[in-house]
Amino acid sequence: MTSTVRISGVTKSYGQIKAVRDASFTLDRGELVALIGHNGAGKTTLMKLMLGLIRPTSGAIEVLGDNPAAGEFAGRRQLGYLPENVSFDPALTGRETQAFYARLKREPVARGLELLDAVGLGAAGRRRVSTYSKGMRQRLGLAQALLGQPRVLLLDEPTTGLDPELRQTFYDIIARLAAAGATVLLSSHALTELEERTGRVIIMNRGIKVADGSIDELRRLARLSTRIRLKVAGLAPSEMPPWAPQDATCRRLNGHIVEIDAAPERKIELLHRATAAGNAVEDVDVVPPTLDELYAHFLRQSEQAP
Amino acid sequence: MNVLIIAAKEIHQAIRNRWVLAATLLLAGLALSLSFLGSAPIGNVGVRTLDVVVVSLSSLTIFLVPLIALLISHDAIVGEMERGTMLLLLSYPVARWQVLLGKFLGHLAVLAFATCLGYGAAVGALAATGSQIDGDSLLAFAAMVGSSVLLGAVFVAIGYLVSALVRDRGTAAGICIGLWLLLVLIYDMALLGVLALDQGRSISAAGLNAMLLSNPTDAYRLINLTGFANVSTFAGMAGLAQSTSLTIPVLLAALLCWTLLPLGLAALAFSRREL
Repeated sequence: MTSTVRISGVTKSYGQIKAVRDASFTLDRGELVALIGHNGAGKTTLMKLMLGLIRPTSGAIEVLGDNPAAGEFAGRRQLGYLPENVSFDPALTGRETQAFYARLKREPVARGLELLDAVGLGAAGRRRVSTYSKGMRQRLGLAQALLGQPRVLLLDEPTTGLDPELRQTFYDIIARLAAAGATVLLSSHALTELEERTGRVIIMNRGIKVADGSIDELRRLARLSTRIRLKVAGLAPSEMPPWAPQDATCRRLNGHIVEIDAAPERKIELLHRATAAGNAVEDVDVVPPTLDELYAHFLRQSEQAP
Repeated sequence: MNVLIIAAKEIHQAIRNRWVLAATLLLAGLALSLSFLGSAPIGNVGVRTLDVVVVSLSSLTIFLVPLIALLISHDAIVGEMERGTMLLLLSYPVARWQVLLGKFLGHLAVLAFATCLGYGAAVGALAATGSQIDGDSLLAFAAMVGSSVLLGAVFVAIGYLVSALVRDRGTAAGICIGLWLLLVLIYDMALLGVLALDQGRSISAAGLNAMLLSNPTDAYRLINLTGFANVSTFAGMAGLAQSTSLTIPVLLAALLCWTLLPLGLAALAFSRREL
């Protein structure tokens, strides 16, 4: 069995508001999954459901063999969680906090403290958490989430408040964990940052799962056009090259560049036509739809659906 | 194991926040001033000073220990939820009842430490200044310290119950102040009023006992003011001591129930809570 998290038909309502509606998905070992959506789309609710902090109105959840809604927590020793706005007891120091959490996970305290160095808190570890900046608290949050070789990591907006250097370290750490077989689920707004790092994307809108798949699959599904940019010499500023297709949108960008919106299956054909003309094409850029565009597309689609 | 880890952290935090220091100093200061000022009117000759101290200190404890206990406990759950630390703690492999029990043991340890050290200072000072202290008095004093800790446990448990039920810290604090006023002040006054009006017509001795047992502070008062013959003479309660059928084991059992019942209900409420 390779799945670590299973969500089937889960709905969670708060009075009239349905925070999650009939969501189903399975997360496997070694997957690095991005959960994206607006504020209030149900990302945090899903994570809290997986932790048993709240109980589903209907549907079933299984996390590392436990049913969190029934209060089972044996699997949580191998689960790391970083809440959205992580907070710690201000009176304790970073080291004391980390040692406390390490003991709760039955992890040797010394190994827990090594994680503080890994996130760059080694020097500040002896200071009280009340003196920490937002970024430092976030680092401490990461350090505690990484305790105990987690098999499932739930990270809610993990990179907010982190400087670019630490973001890089952070993504390296979780990529290593995923490669070692951990399931990593992270929610984020920083879509461009996620694009090249996640294997799979789940898009939520108003509690409904509107898309789920690898970025390539989503691109195929969305059928968004790929932008081809050609640098062409010897054209007048408003002139279109003779090989430009009649049935696709073409634009002139500053000076020498022609931009064509190509349907996914016509990319190659268009490139052939451009190069077959022999002259003038000096450079080519092919820009597939970004995660931002895909996200916007799926949101639009789900808003239009009845 | 988890319970002890959490208890240790609570104690650590209470030391860091100077709760321990503040509570110990407060109790020691009051105990010392009562032992020396309180004995001034009767002088030191021929009177067993420690018995007088037991009477005055236990009367003070009824006001102070519940207040300290409620101050520590009222935001144990709702406060951690508001600060967001509970969210993270509950994502760890701990059951909610373990969190509650761990906090309870931690807070109780803080309270017991403050009480023993604070009140112990009074005995130490009396012994050092040459007052004669015999075994009976010492026993009554030890019982007073022990029952004070138990009274603290009752109010810590009540504070948790409030904390597990309400939505925000302000409400918890308000309800706890209300409960304190009710159990420590209003209940006795109302009871006295009812007894005076009734003139013994319809309230039987058993009824009175039930009414005394249904307030933990009264159970505590009876243990200390009537439980020991040497003390009850000073407390002016010798008459009541002879007429009441409530023995020390019954009174202790009442206090124990007053601890376990709110604690159990708090655990139940906490386990049902969503956050």
